[in-house]
Amino acid sequence: MRPARKWGAVTALVVGLTLAGGALAGCGGAASGAQSLTITLYNGQHEQTTDSLVAGFEKATGINVSVRDDDEDTLADDIVNEGSHSPADVIFTENSQVLEFLQGKGLLTKVDASTLAHTPAKYNSPQGDWVGVSGRVSVLIYNPALISESQLPTSVLQLADPKYKGKLAIAPQETDFQPIVTAVEQAYGQAKALSWLDGVKANAGSHNYPDNETIADEVNRGSAAFGIVNQYYWYRMSAELGAANTKAKIAYFAAGDPGYVVDVSGAAILKSSKHQAAAQKFLAYLVSTQAQEVIANPKESISFEYPIASGVTTQAGETPFAQLQPYSISIGELGTGTAAIALMREAGLL
Amino acid sequence: MASSQTLLRSGPPGGPATPPAGLARRAKRPVFLIAASCLVAALLATPLVFLLFEAQGAGASAVAHLIFRSLTASLLWNTIRLTIVVTALCTVIGTGAAWCIERTNLPGKRVWEILIVVPLAIPDFVVSFGWASLWTWVQGFRGAVVVMTLAVYPLVYLPVAASFRAADPGQEEVARSLGVGRLRTFTRITLAQARGAILGGCVLVAMVMLAEYGAFEILGYQTFTTEIFGEFSLSFSVPAACALSLVLVALSLLVLGGEGIAARGRGRVSRSGPLVARNLPPRRLGKATLPVLACFAALVVLALGVPVGSSIYWIFQGGAHAISGVTVPTAALTTAGYGIGAAAVDTVLALPLAMLAVRGTGRIRHLLERSTYLVLAMPGVVAAFALSYFTEHYANGFGYQSAPLLILCYAIMFFPLALVGVKASLARAPASLDDMARSLGQRRLAVLLRVTLRLALPGLAAAFCLVFLSVVTELTATLLLIPTGAQTLSTQFWAYESNLSYGQAAPFALVMIAIAALPSYVLGRFFNRSGNAEGITIT
Repeated sequence: MRPARKWGAVTALVVGLTLAGGALAGCGGAASGAQSLTITLYNGQHEQTTDSLVAGFEKATGINVSVRDDDEDTLADDIVNEGSHSPADVIFTENSQVLEFLQGKGLLTKVDASTLAHTPAKYNSPQGDWVGVSGRVSVLIYNPALISESQLPTSVLQLADPKYKGKLAIAPQETDFQPIVTAVEQAYGQAKALSWLDGVKANAGSHNYPDNETIADEVNRGSAAFGIVNQYYWYRMSAELGAANTKAKIAYFAAGDPGYVVDVSGAAILKSSKHQAAAQKFLAYLVSTQAQEVIANPKESISFEYPIASGVTTQAGETPFAQLQPYSISIGELGTGTAAIALMREAGLL
Repeated sequence: MASSQTLLRSGPPGGPATPPAGLARRAKRPVFLIAASCLVAALLATPLVFLLFEAQGAGASAVAHLIFRSLTASLLWNTIRLTIVVTALCTVIGTGAAWCIERTNLPGKRVWEILIVVPLAIPDFVVSFGWASLWTWVQGFRGAVVVMTLAVYPLVYLPVAASFRAADPGQEEVARSLGVGRLRTFTRITLAQARGAILGGCVLVAMVMLAEYGAFEILGYQTFTTEIFGEFSLSFSVPAACALSLVLVALSLLVLGGEGIAARGRGRVSRSGPLVARNLPPRRLGKATLPVLACFAALVVLALGVPVGSSIYWIFQGGAHAISGVTVPTAALTTAGYGIGAAAVDTVLALPLAMLAVRGTGRIRHLLERSTYLVLAMPGVVAAFALSYFTEHYANGFGYQSAPLLILCYAIMFFPLALVGVKASLARAPASLDDMARSLGQRRLAVLLRVTLRLALPGLAAAFCLVFLSVVTELTATLLLIPTGAQTLSTQFWAYESNLSYGQAAPFALVMIAIAALPSYVLGRFFNRSGNAEGITIT
């Protein structure tokens, strides 16, 4: 018998197994949407927040939402890569830079004016290509066992002070860090921003973490004395670990300091989407009173972000949004973050 | 994954030197096989082509700028110092343990033999999670040394133990009888016999260090792989990630190439001859018995007890169970589906190259086979990104984010594992045996069932299992390519772990360990036995 034929049977066996494998993967995979309309959401927001919002939307409209969770930058990269045949209809991100980036590439479509009207104009895309959904603010998270509140920096510039060597934790790969760099550059100029980054890098040393959750966790466990994160990471950690296990606290920068920045989480519709009407409905839902109350209620969404549309305010016991005194910088000035990335790259943080 | 690579390297990449007689008879140029092999090799080269293509698109000066910056230097320093320290520690632990088990009267050998190999089945990022979630000092360089040493030392232990089993202990006796001291005998004879195996193990450890992502991410330790992953996701800058990937590929090639050169003068592991060889009584540990037993117990507690214990601890500890995700059975089913699919595809893809390899030693064949090992130097994230890029830019998005594409990516990444198994199985079932059976009056189907399949099946099954196991613990490529809405065990574990939901992550870790542990042990036994039986030397 020729080897080729002999292996034919083996091949058949193996092909059979492949099909079986495919079938198994299919069963375990996404639930199929049958006939009803399904839109695909690229989700860079926290999963549990999005899951609660999606559940509300599906119930209200009967439109199914298939969610792909990933890092917002990865999703933006994917969308650019996918071009005109992107499977995504809507992208929901934690920060405005990603949306501004996609807008600059001409990949987004205009959001209905009625939807935009729910959110204060300063938290929307200046061009009307995306709508602001929630907000957060950058703060210091610190471990009182390692550093007292009075020893903490009050200005972002002090993060580069050599006296904080080995105490500071940062996550420069997170999109959340870019607005701070952009604000520092806007306030003090490029040269100073660069030397500041050098100092920050030296102070952080090995406390250079992949994400904000890690900063919160490591500060809480006492590996690092303090770090810079958005306020809601502390609340989320506290909700997960329980009050008894939450050793860390948060502190704000001085009013108007460039380290004190409000970031906006938003959503946009892709120009390539074949479900424009359904996608517009989803965005309209996100800024509706109903959805904003989901965000406002941490028990439901575990969000702790600030609702910013339809006049809803947070139910979490944190400083009310209206009482924040952030550095004044517009969405347009925060831009796509590419300038901040270039600076961080020059400083060797990336 | 780690486990598979050991086994992979236990076969000779160059293929057996002499073709079985029955095959040599039909020495017609196997055009079909060569063509099919070329196709497979081309498929496997996709990621590298992508890297070069992207780098070229960015321009040489831009790439040079991205490579020659301070970050690269610090990543290089981080990667190299960790690789050296962990490799050294693994060599000491792996060789020491192998010697004690193979050459001494250590009590409870059978049990130790199993217990100290099992950690190989635990994904490195689970070991990392187990340690880092319990103690804050386990992070950065220190944490990486502890975690990675405990996760990968079996990669040295396995080949060295096999080599001790195959080597002639009589040489030690001769040296001692000629008046050579105990210590000198150990270094000059025992270690020399195992030199090739130790070197092979070190290469495996080094390759794992270069490609690991999840464990370092948890420990907050920056290496090339974590930074490449970050660059791919962060900066809309594919060229930057590609430039770093090129450096990583170069490092891996250096390790693989260095091994080739260093292995040339390896020590002899063969026995002098069937009549001369004899089994010496194992060396008595005497007073050292208790300390050695304590060391073994400590090793098992640290490498196996901590990750498993930590996972169990977190399950009972609970937590707010803040995120919703897929259930363990759903994720396990998805994972199994991908694993079976990739394993089947690889077994088929490996057939033409394996048949070429056992048929002869032509230069093209050798080159084709060797080229597929380049895949080993390619981190999963690069392979995944290359595939998504190709489907989007050249296939109009066909197959994008689909299960088949992910399975194809796995098949590319783990192809060399399948090749080793399939080659071994083909070598066991030469065509001459079929001819013989047929000449004895057996029917074709009977020949297929009673001779060919029976002989080839263990090897094919081994190839299948190797790929399957690697898929179960794969993380980086899966994160990038997984279909929307689906989760594997590793991605769901990762989602929970990243959210600090340790109580929810832990069951996924335990299931991954359970799925990987038993088959990898069985596989290890299979390769050891068949390696010895067929005189396959351990690298």
